[in-house]
Amino acid sequence: MEYFIQQLINGLTLGSIYGLIAIGYTMVYGIIGMINFAHGDIFMLGAFMALIVFLILTTFVGGVPVVLALLLMMIVSMCLTSLWSWTIERIAYRPLRGSFRLAPLITAIGMSIALSNFVQVTQGPRNKPIPSLVNSGFTIYGTNITISLKQIVIIVVTAVLLAAFWYLVNRTSLGRAQRACEQDRKMAALLGINVDRTISLTFVMGAALAAVAGTLYLMFYGVISFSDGFIPGVKAFTAAVLGGIGSIPGAVVGGLLIGLIEALWSAYFSIDYKDVAAFSILAIVLIFMPSGILGRPEVEKV
Amino acid sequence: MAELSKPHSESVFPSAIREGIIAGIIAFGLFVLIIGFRTDQNISNELILTQRWGLLAIMVAIAAVGRFLFKAFISPWLTARLKAREAVETVEGGEPSFFRRNFSQLAILFLLIYPVLIVLMVGLQGSLKWVDNFGIQILIYVMLAWGLNIVVGLAGLLDLGYVAFYAVGAYSYALLSTYYGLSFWVLLPMAGIFAATWGVILGFPVLRLRGDYLAIVTLAFGEIIRLVLINWTAVTKGTFGISGIAKATLFGIPFTAGPNGFAAIFGLPLSAAYYKIFLYYLILFLALLTAWVTIRLRRMPVGRAWEALREDEIACRSLGINTTTTKLTAFATGAMFGGFAGSFFAARQGFVSPESFVFLESAVVLAIVVLGGMGSLIGIAVAAVVMIGGTEILREMQFLKFVFGPNFTPELYRMLIFGLAMVTVMVWKPRGFVGSREPSAFLHKRKLVSGAFTKEGHG
Repeated sequence: MEYFIQQLINGLTLGSIYGLIAIGYTMVYGIIGMINFAHGDIFMLGAFMALIVFLILTTFVGGVPVVLALLLMMIVSMCLTSLWSWTIERIAYRPLRGSFRLAPLITAIGMSIALSNFVQVTQGPRNKPIPSLVNSGFTIYGTNITISLKQIVIIVVTAVLLAAFWYLVNRTSLGRAQRACEQDRKMAALLGINVDRTISLTFVMGAALAAVAGTLYLMFYGVISFSDGFIPGVKAFTAAVLGGIGSIPGAVVGGLLIGLIEALWSAYFSIDYKDVAAFSILAIVLIFMPSGILGRPEVEKV
Repeated sequence: MAELSKPHSESVFPSAIREGIIAGIIAFGLFVLIIGFRTDQNISNELILTQRWGLLAIMVAIAAVGRFLFKAFISPWLTARLKAREAVETVEGGEPSFFRRNFSQLAILFLLIYPVLIVLMVGLQGSLKWVDNFGIQILIYVMLAWGLNIVVGLAGLLDLGYVAFYAVGAYSYALLSTYYGLSFWVLLPMAGIFAATWGVILGFPVLRLRGDYLAIVTLAFGEIIRLVLINWTAVTKGTFGISGIAKATLFGIPFTAGPNGFAAIFGLPLSAAYYKIFLYYLILFLALLTAWVTIRLRRMPVGRAWEALREDEIACRSLGINTTTTKLTAFATGAMFGGFAGSFFAARQGFVSPESFVFLESAVVLAIVVLGGMGSLIGIAVAAVVMIGGTEILREMQFLKFVFGPNFTPELYRMLIFGLAMVTVMVWKPRGFVGSREPSAFLHKRKLVSGAFTKEGHG
């Protein structure tokens, strides 16, 4: 039982990171119906930004408290990664809006290849390890279950961000515009919503959350490389689909589920096949429940 | 940001300068960390930062000046040209030129004499690189793209895991020839059958899905097959791969140095080039077979059903077409050609490992199909030559070392440029290189259909 709870905690940590990335996929899909393949690489880019900020802090400033360092890494990474995402949307996706369905998917795949290779060219192909930022952890009283401080940071940051994000989407005029565009872009435009701006902001929000996920990933694993965007990206997309694509709470639920499945599968079956488990569950869910857990069923109009 | 271009060209400059400055600021924001600093490991394996402000300045300047030039000169020029073209209103008509009319025949003729030309030009030893790196490499992608075209271009099913069938073909040849010693010519059809079977097995549950869901499940299956190949070490030897795979033979004549070898029998000097040239003709034959089958199938009921399915699934169903079997046949046929290409790949390399079957390969093949115009065989071939040949040529550009310094390795930039080219071509020509289609059924006269009128794939 203790082992099970331990794995549960590990799974939730992992799932929080997937959930943060999945929101970016699900929002973009919800608003323009496109799989933003480059989102996984945006996440990787966010982790690299955080890495460089961390190195700048340790090399040129020194002696920065860990909390401040983490906060700085997150904020700078959020800003610059959002800028990247905004630029990519502006030059690669916007000209193709209204073009045929496969066109944006192909540009997104191209952008994904270009981004990961850009980072490889500019930062070198090797893994980038950093020293552990937060080390301590504690054992729950009377059991063998340990929770490291890293895991607490990840879960708390995710919870705070999701609360802020929920407020943004449900209570502000920007969120209202975003939801309106999701339901009917033409109608929203007729009612005076700047659709292009709203779509840009959707990309920016998704990238900001992915950047936080990247920072947390870097903190948790202590290593990042240029090719680390693909697998978390695909899994986050799986999470988005599992939760019902287009639904923001669905993305979080899906992320947590994928994290749990992965942790439990690694613990009880075989660690080598953990990705196979995640992908098989995606296939099974899609075949039997195509609209996901919290998604709206697709109504076909003739 | 995007303002309507003003009627008078003299008012363009101030706005162009402003746009240029904005582009510079954005580029600075984008690149300040990722280009301004480089992370490197020192001897004790700690990361250290190297500063590269010069490079950053160059990149920012390129962005700013580029944006300025675009706004100030290129954009007005493009609008002017568009207007001029509209004013002239081209009178299309008359016969297209001889070259255009017989393009495919001429292309096949060229491909048939290509190795001979190369050998005449650079000799046997020099021909290795040209036949192998360019000829065979490009033709493999042409064949894969033509195979995928049956699934994506004709039936309109978006498949992101096509490389799985390529892997099935390659591994069935590698395993069966290593463990049971079967020959290439027995295993080539078997590899195709295995891949087609896998196509049916994977296709059966997933073909109820539509569009993007189908895409993502096929991607998942592609990854599952790769992960199984990596982890099932007892059979596949995992990431080490299978080496020493038997070569293909010319109807029993091996390409070896012994007295029974090809060179000895025909009394020729021993050279590795013969095998490469043989492989070249083999893949050319396989690719042309794919094209021929595609062309024939399009005229058969099943091909018509595929195209009808692509255009409108609901109409198809109401006309009594069994959509499940129609989709499955497309999936299986496409997979079969993937399997053929896979077994050829294994015979050519003599080595297979899961590294060769990553998602990137699926993406490259799909990109070729879409860039080629989806459904147009010639367009796809042209796209394969441009994209694969273009990136191969980059390996040859050693002279760039004199421009950028001796540490410059053009190979590193290969995939970066490939990705950017995918984006650029897509933005510039969303319908691909050949944007029109030959109709399968027509009244009285065959007219080209603009790609804009054809739908594609809702799965």
